[in-house]
Order: sequence, then structure tokens, then C-alpha cells
Amino acid sequence: MDFLRPASWEEALAVKAEHPTAVPIAGGTDVMVEINFDHRRPEYLMDLTRIGDLYEWEVGDDTVRLGASVPYAQIMEHLRPELPGLALASHTVASPQIRNRGGVGGNLGTASPAGDAHPALLAAGAEVEVESVRGSRRIPIDGFYTGVKRNALAPDELIRAVHVKKADGPQQYSKVGTRNAMVIAVCAFGLALHPETRTVRTGIGSAAPTPIRAKAAEDFLNAALEEGGFWDNGKIVTPSVAKQFADLCAAACNPIDDVRGTASYRRHAVGVMARRTLTWTWESYRGAHRTTEGAA
Amino acid sequence: MRVHFTVNGRPQQADDVWEGESLLYVLRERLGLPGSKNACEQGECGSCTVRLDGVPVCSCLVAAGQAEGREVVTVEGLADHARQRARGCGESGGSCGTSLDEAKAWKPDGADSQTGEGGELSPVQQAFIDAGAVQCGFCTPGLLVAADETLERNPNPSDADIREALSGNLCRCTGYEKIMDAVRLAAARQSEGV
Ligand SMILES: Cc1cc2nc3c(=O)[nH]c(=O)nc-3n(C[C@H](O)[C@H](O)[C@H](O)COP(=O)(O)OP(=O)(O)OC[C@H]3O[C@@H](n4cnc5c(N)ncnc54)[C@H](O)[C@@H]3O)c2cc1C
Ligand code: FES
Ligand code: FES
Repeated sequence: MDFLRPASWEEALAVKAEHPTAVPIAGGTDVMVEINFDHRRPEYLMDLTRIGDLYEWEVGDDTVRLGASVPYAQIMEHLRPELPGLALASHTVASPQIRNRGGVGGNLGTASPAGDAHPALLAAGAEVEVESVRGSRRIPIDGFYTGVKRNALAPDELIRAVHVKKADGPQQYSKVGTRNAMVIAVCAFGLALHPETRTVRTGIGSAAPTPIRAKAAEDFLNAALEEGGFWDNGKIVTPSVAKQFADLCAAACNPIDDVRGTASYRRHAVGVMARRTLTWTWESYRGAHRTTEGAA
Repeated sequence: MRVHFTVNGRPQQADDVWEGESLLYVLRERLGLPGSKNACEQGECGSCTVRLDGVPVCSCLVAAGQAEGREVVTVEGLADHARQRARGCGESGGSCGTSLDEAKAWKPDGADSQTGEGGELSPVQQAFIDAGAVQCGFCTPGLLVAADETLERNPNPSDADIREALSGNLCRCTGYEKIMDAVRLAAARQSEGV
């Protein structure tokens, strides 16, 4: 094994072009487990922790450009107002020690269906900025996950940053597990209200071969909210609408039975989380709505 | 490969390090610092917790080469680290000279700042003993490093804060209550300036 330590982003791209089998290591919270247990013996290990650029973020007008290696602990501490869904999801990852090291770039690199960043990114709307010596491109998050632990990266590409839409409304993240700390999701659900475009977006984790959105459920809810004038009148979402939304979210799943839970449990739990996160976010939207109405 | 980094304030060099080796392995097997424990090697138990450039991490998940040029504090250096913090030096800056009071209080205790043996304990270590928070002791070094950092950041943590801060450290003996007592005790003593 060779341990490669590029000092800059350009050098890292050159190394990856020369050795496409090189395994990048950022926080190491996925890679080191595999090496410790001899599940992986890469020929080249490429340390990304010297590249300061990957640890920075920038808050723009519409998006946050989040460096690939920014640890979860920093997202929770500094980006809660801009990225509430991702901050909540980050808080559910493992433990303080893991959150001090692991980040979204590694989560995307692993592309596990159980990764906690994914439902939050799908719900918020995001693009993954990837680069190789051949050039840079942005992959929409919907097209990033291509299979179980597979993503759209080419062998010579690295993830540089994730551009996440800044929240324009309430967001929530919910995760089912056996306890509060140190659990890989049995299943998880992210939901974001986007009052500016009058749309709702979802993200589901651990309930299909890849993280997914419940598109039919979103379409149904978007139409129902529009028809009922809900965005303007700030009324409570009718229970029948919430139930139909929850059923469609459950129907979007394609889960498996495994040690963490059965397929039918996962489908059921996704429905429950969909209804709850809709209620939580909508209540908070109504609260904000009433305040602005009252002030006007 | 060869790796250089600072451990408990002293520059160290480890030779013949395998490229896939963890920082934990280097500390225990190459530098003779067995305080950090190896129980799971997968980030689940926290018994290998050390500070890496001040940040608590599982040393079993840090590749040795990633520690190059960095500063590591292990449980062996905790008492020194706490003393320096009390003197107001270290990361927050300030003068690190020995004060007159300290000079007067100096005793030839034969402490080894490398292994921590024979020296005085840090307040958190003393509190763990006084509260009966140590049984088999396997989880203790990781808990001490995590608890010490918690109190550094948050001198008056609520019970919820303590639970959250220690949620990455497993203990199979104590049932955690005495550990909670120990951290509360250390916090109380710290705020009284004892
Ligand atoms: C005890 C424990 C508990 C965990 N619990 C959770 C949990 O609750 N939720 C969760 O989602 N995850 C969990 N994980 C998994 C892991 O912490 C996350 O997936 C984390 O986001 C990985 O980030 P990292 O920086 O440590 O990745 P690394 O281990 O450094 O890398 C992960 C993968 O991404 C690749 N990679 C990293 N950076 C880049 C880049 N810039 N470009 C291209 N490829 C890259 C690596 O080559 C590797 O394949 C847990 C892990 C442990 C050990
Ligand atoms: S040995 Fe590192 S977390 Fe258990
Ligand atoms: S005292 Fe034995 S594991 Fe904690």
C-alpha cells in the first residue's frame, strides 16, 4: 500500500488521474473500518485532510457551497439556519467523535442507502460538484445515486463540494433506530417545504437500493396544497391529505428485510415519518405565516 | 513509512508504520502508550478516544499518516493538559511560564509526562475515582478524554449535555450513573476552583 498526501486540490486530481484505483480518505470513518477489518486493501490510500479548501463553506444568495470534508459537527454548529434539514440529519450521525471527523463528501462517496445526509440533500435540493483533470461538472443530487453503494463518480473524479439550496421554509429530518446515538438508520425521512416555489420535497433513506425521493407523493401534495389555497390561507393540512401523502411515501419504498428491520416495518415507518414531518414543518410554516400576517 | 507528530507535548517519530495502520495502533504498539484502548476498531465504543489537534476522535479510525505533523493528546497526557489549561496557556494563548505559586508548589513527584505515571491526576481523573466511576477500567481512558474536553468547552453542562457528549463511549460495567456523577463532580469542583 502507498500513502499519498496531496497538498492541494490540483495535486489530488493529478494523483487520482494517475492512479484511478487510489482510495480517497477524508474522515476515515468508513474507509478505516474497512481497512481495520481487512475488507479492503487498497493499493493507494490518498489522504484528503491536507486540502484546506475541502473544509470550507460559503453561504451564497441561494445556495451554500459546502466543502466535501466539512465535518458534521461544523454543519450542526454553523449551518443550522441555512441548512436545517442537513443540520438535523448530521446530529443523528453516530457520536460526537464520528461527527468530528466524518462529513458529507464521505457520505456521498460511500453512497450507502442508509447515509443520513442523503434524504436531507434530496429534500433540500442539491448539486454535487465533482472534478477531474478533465474538468469540473455538477451532478444533480437526484442523479447521483446509481445503485447500492454506487454513485455517478467516474474513476478519476473527486467530490469537491456540495451546493445545497438554502432553506426558504421549514425542514425536518426523522430517523428510526434502536436508540438515539450510534445507530445506522432502520429507515429515515427528510422533508422540506419550499414556500417560494410552493413545492414540497422529500428524501427517503434505507428503504430502497438507493436514497430516493417520493415523487408521486410530492406531486400529490403539491397539487392538494395549491388547490386548497393552503400556502396562502395557512390552514392546517387536512388529515385525509396527510394520510394520502403518507401512503404514497410508503408506496415509493422498495425495502428489504434485514437485521435492522423488515420490509413491511420500513414501509410502515416511512409512512408514519412522512405524516409527522409534514405536520411539524407545516405547523412551523403556519406559525411563521400567522406572524407575518399579524405584522402586516 | 515514517510518521512524525506531537504526542502529549513531545515530538515523536514512528518508524516502519504500515500505510493502512491506525493512529491507535501506532500509539499503543509503536510508541508504548497503551492508555488508549482497543475494543472494537470500528468507531463504536470510544475507548480509543484521543484529541487530534484538540478535537476528540476515535484514534482507531484515523490513519497513522493523517496524524503527520499534528498534535495528539492521549489519556497519559491528560493531567498535563489540564494543568496547562488551568494556567491559561495552550490553544487559548497566554503566557506558559511557571508562576511563582507553582514554583513554590513544585514537588519532586517523579511524574513522567509521557506515560503520565507517578504524576498527579487531572480533576476529571480524580473525580472518576472519587465517584466510583471506574470498574474494569477498559472504557475509562476514552471517557476521561471525552469528559475532559466536554468540561473544557462547557464548564456547566446539563445532564443532557453530558449524556450527549459521552454518547460515543460505551461502558459495559457501570451502568453510566457513576460516570454521570463523576462528570457532575468534576464540573462542580471546577466551578468552585478546587
Ligand atoms: C461507529 C460509526 C457509526 C456511523 N454512523 C453513521 C450514521 O449514523 N449515519 C451515517 O450516515 N453514517 C454513519 N457512519 C458512516 C460514516 O461516518 C459516514 O458515511 C461519513 O459521512 C463518512 O465520512 P468520512 O469523511 O469519514 O468518509 P471516509 O471514510 O473518509 O470516506 C468514505 C468514502 O468516500 C470516499 N471519499 C471521501 N471523500 C471523497 C471525495 N472528496 N471525493 C471522492 N470520494 C471521497 C472514500 O474514498 C470512501 O469511499 C458511521 C460510521 C461509524 C464508524
Ligand atoms: S476501538 Fe476505536 S471506537 Fe472502539
Ligand atoms: S468500567 Fe468496565 S467497561 Fe466501563
